[in-house]
Amino acid sequence: MALDKATVARIASLARIKMGEEEQTRMADELNHLITWIEQLAEVDTTGVEAMTSVVHMKNPMREDKVTDGGIRDKLLANAPNEARGFFTVPKVVE
Amino acid sequence: MSALTELGLAEARDGLRAKKFSAREITEDHIKAVEAARPLNAYLCETPEKALAMAAASDERLAKGEGKPLDGLPLAIKDLFCTEGVPTTAGSKILEGFKPPYESTVTSQLWRDGAVMLGKVNLDEFAMGSANITSAYGHVENPWRRKGDNHALVPGGSSGGSAAAVAARAALAATGTDTGGSIRQPAAFCGLVGLKPTYGRCSRWGVVAFASSLDQAGPMTRSVRDAAVMLQSMAGYDPKDSTSANVPLPNFEAALTGDIRGMRIGIPREYRIDGMPAEIETLWERGIEWLKAAGATPVEVSLKMTEYALPVYYIIAPAEASSNLARYDGERFGKRVNGDTLDAMYENTRAEGFGAEVRRRILIGTYVLSAGYYDAYYLKAQKVRALIAQDFDKAFESCDALLTPTAPSAAFGIGEKFDNPIQMYLNDVFTVTVNLAGLPGISVPAGLSSEGLPLGLQVIGKAFDEESVLRVGQVIEQAAQFTAKPAFIAGEA
Amino acid sequence: MSLIKGETGDWEMVIGLEVHAQVSSQSKLFSGASTAFGSEPNTQVSLVDAAFPGMLPVINKLCVEQAVKTGLGLEAEINLVSIFDRKNYFYADLPAGYQISQYTRPVVGKGRLVLDMPDGSSREIGITRLHLEQDAGKSLHDQHPTQTYIDLNRSGIALMEIVSEPDIRSSEEAAAYVKKLRSILRYLGTCDGNMEEGSMRCDCNVSVRKPGGPLGTRCEIKNVNSMRFVMQAIDYEARRQIEVIEEGGTIKQETRLFDSGRGITRPMRSKEEAHDYRYFPDPDLLPLELDGAWVQQLRSAMPELPDAKKARFVSQYALSPYDAGVLVDELASANYFETVAKGRDAKLACNWVMGDLFGALNKLGVDIANSPVKAESLGELISLISDNTISGRIAKDVFAAMLDTGKNAGAIVEEQGLRQVTDTGAIEQAIDAILAKEGEKIAEYRSGKDKLFGFFVGQVMKATQGKANPALVNDLLKKKLAG
Repeated sequence: MALDKATVARIASLARIKMGEEEQTRMADELNHLITWIEQLAEVDTTGVEAMTSVVHMKNPMREDKVTDGGIRDKLLANAPNEARGFFTVPKVVE
Repeated sequence: MSALTELGLAEARDGLRAKKFSAREITEDHIKAVEAARPLNAYLCETPEKALAMAAASDERLAKGEGKPLDGLPLAIKDLFCTEGVPTTAGSKILEGFKPPYESTVTSQLWRDGAVMLGKVNLDEFAMGSANITSAYGHVENPWRRKGDNHALVPGGSSGGSAAAVAARAALAATGTDTGGSIRQPAAFCGLVGLKPTYGRCSRWGVVAFASSLDQAGPMTRSVRDAAVMLQSMAGYDPKDSTSANVPLPNFEAALTGDIRGMRIGIPREYRIDGMPAEIETLWERGIEWLKAAGATPVEVSLKMTEYALPVYYIIAPAEASSNLARYDGERFGKRVNGDTLDAMYENTRAEGFGAEVRRRILIGTYVLSAGYYDAYYLKAQKVRALIAQDFDKAFESCDALLTPTAPSAAFGIGEKFDNPIQMYLNDVFTVTVNLAGLPGISVPAGLSSEGLPLGLQVIGKAFDEESVLRVGQVIEQAAQFTAKPAFIAGEA
Repeated sequence: MSLIKGETGDWEMVIGLEVHAQVSSQSKLFSGASTAFGSEPNTQVSLVDAAFPGMLPVINKLCVEQAVKTGLGLEAEINLVSIFDRKNYFYADLPAGYQISQYTRPVVGKGRLVLDMPDGSSREIGITRLHLEQDAGKSLHDQHPTQTYIDLNRSGIALMEIVSEPDIRSSEEAAAYVKKLRSILRYLGTCDGNMEEGSMRCDCNVSVRKPGGPLGTRCEIKNVNSMRFVMQAIDYEARRQIEVIEEGGTIKQETRLFDSGRGITRPMRSKEEAHDYRYFPDPDLLPLELDGAWVQQLRSAMPELPDAKKARFVSQYALSPYDAGVLVDELASANYFETVAKGRDAKLACNWVMGDLFGALNKLGVDIANSPVKAESLGELISLISDNTISGRIAKDVFAAMLDTGKNAGAIVEEQGLRQVTDTGAIEQAIDAILAKEGEKIAEYRSGKDKLFGFFVGQVMKATQGKANPALVNDLLKKKLAG
């Protein structure tokens, strides 16, 4: 399937990456090459094969329900590009 | 150049214990070497003061006879490991100015064992690359040169800064991470030993994630023994990482017995790919002969799905990356490029913050996961991945370890292969299967190309059998007698 | 079935609910930060909750246990293997850019819940699934003219999303469903059900159709946070859809917000873009495998749930289904009642709990857990009535004193000398004294003015300060007046 410019625009928007028309065109071309190359997987017969969910053969470990973290607001906000009164801040969102 | 920077990690350890020199001395020599190596662009951040403070603490312990396993040994840290209070960039502009308020488990274990941090080293942006040319902070130069040619070469990637620093004697050893070959391929390109441990052996906590199901940290050193020593400190169960394996930690150095008699070494038929240079083929044959001579038996095995490994990898890794990198949104850390709306802020920040290769992979990953394509791409890839893992399971029924080349070529020139991403991706053809199956693999320098560049052989082991991998690797190392040195040695004119 | 009259005839609502119930736990689903309500912004946030680079999730065992218990309480299938997926979308209060949730393989599968309707009928509503997921943080839009403020205290708190089949047919049923579900969660101790604090939120999927006709297009009303609003939102939304269709329009599948101030629903602007969540298994977590024996252990340790308790109250205490239903609604009320009724007249206990006690609590505005009169105390009062220590009338005064002072019934009776006089001699004495003064009235009574009997009783009670046993007074008076 050809991956066109409109599709690139849609996935760039899903991924929240601003992209000019020119880059969309170039990216469509590049991604098309890649996708065509990737599509050779279709040749492999995977009937009845269980998809891998983890390479590690063990049970998911669980932790006890204890409060062991938090109370580090200063650390948390130290790297923030913008903060106010203990909050992170972003451009206003209208719901 | 100082004699102290020429030492191996294990040698330096023994010298410090024998009080032949102090941690301060070896650290000072390395700090000078780090400065001298600046033309390589290997270090993104030098931490000489921290290094000297750590060395002083080591000297105190060593003086009291309380030396720890890595006391006083200066290391370079790939800038993908979060280091408390020390800038961590992942080679990306989007993490500009980020100082983690925490230390990754792997590095904290290195410091626990007394190692000294020289600084943070360059890498492909978010570890996405095989040549260390995608870093937002400039490419890294390989200290090696082709015979009679001064054209700069790539060090391999993504752990290119680690490889260049260790090869140029600007660190005794370095940490790397390997998602599709990012430790082993640059090790091969720079004449080093690079070990990717079993998935789950080293904690991923505090390591900036690229592809969570494939990423694994490991050592990059100048000898197999050094790799064993360094892995000992890096590895171990971490309850903060749900994929960390709660298995006993063997004594890796003790596994280096040199005795591989009776071992069966699998030679995968499918790794004889079209267009592989004859000298790689020859090197591989030589490796088989060395192992035979040491008493092992080569057996032909089949890894049928090999040709599909790269397409599988280029679905799964970008898919995971597209999600892992969603957190770089300009809100809590790193770069923010303002916009009128929240979405505009996101889109501006991520467009400016991520480089071209990262943007490309995020887009592929987003695409293969998007509605209507998930089954055809991502799910299909995870099924083929299961078949790839089964191939290895089957192969290991008839052998104890596998021997393959590490990369299909020696280091190439900066500017070569750059125009075609798929051509670039083929660098990982021999290494990527190991990540997909979660197995341990080591690259050991085994000879020089006709152009005088290092070539590596790869040993692949069963899950959690790094001991066999190291043992076989050391036999190759000893047989190969690889003593060649790069053209650029830090501090040498 | 309740139908809505439109211009073109009757319409039927089809409603499915997705309830997000906060799991009762000390720490978050994947981090060790606290879940306590009402703290300063960003003080209960770990670096995992804020999605710092290299941070990894580790699951809280209790949260898994709570989800399994809830599944058992909904008589649902427990899946011994389930998968955590990432649901990818960008939002300011979703730090990782994805929510860890369960998509194709939830921890709990199909179950059911029985509604008791006010008319005494019952309705079974299918449960589609229950899965565990992380809560997002909180966006505050009203703190600054051009900025939204982000508090991540809630980020990463464990939620159970409980999805019903589209079996609900009216807003009353929807409210009854939420009420019953909350009751079960509270019985199990898996969620405190506190809607004001956001521990339970409800997404309502509403569509309308002609009775028995094909399903209509549904709209999802997000985050409705009270039982009353659930009813209002659904009723408004159904009316709106009917009007649109009857005016020749079509319903657009969309996400809407309930504006509680105006009692209307409106499209959510931030959700206009078509979503593509790109779910895939979270590679930071392994499949969640449960030990069958452990699930069995939880099953055998299940507490008695509202339906079973109601049935038992009806049979064991001979309560009416209505009374039993009211008592079991809240576990605290049921337990209170059982303490009061233990070894006593259950009907009397029921009347006191549902009448005097609930009335008093209502007036005081406190819940039963904080009742000034403890169950043991009310039980004692009832014992005093049953063994004729005090009369039912005196008991009302004693109860009022108990509410005021917090003292025990017995102590109040003794202090105020309210013990009922059951001594025949003392009562006879009082009667004799009155009869001696009231010769005229006796004559009238004897001549047929029966109504005067009440007068004599009143006089005797007055003389004994109300403490005489009314039955004895009646008996003795009758004999004496008969002459």
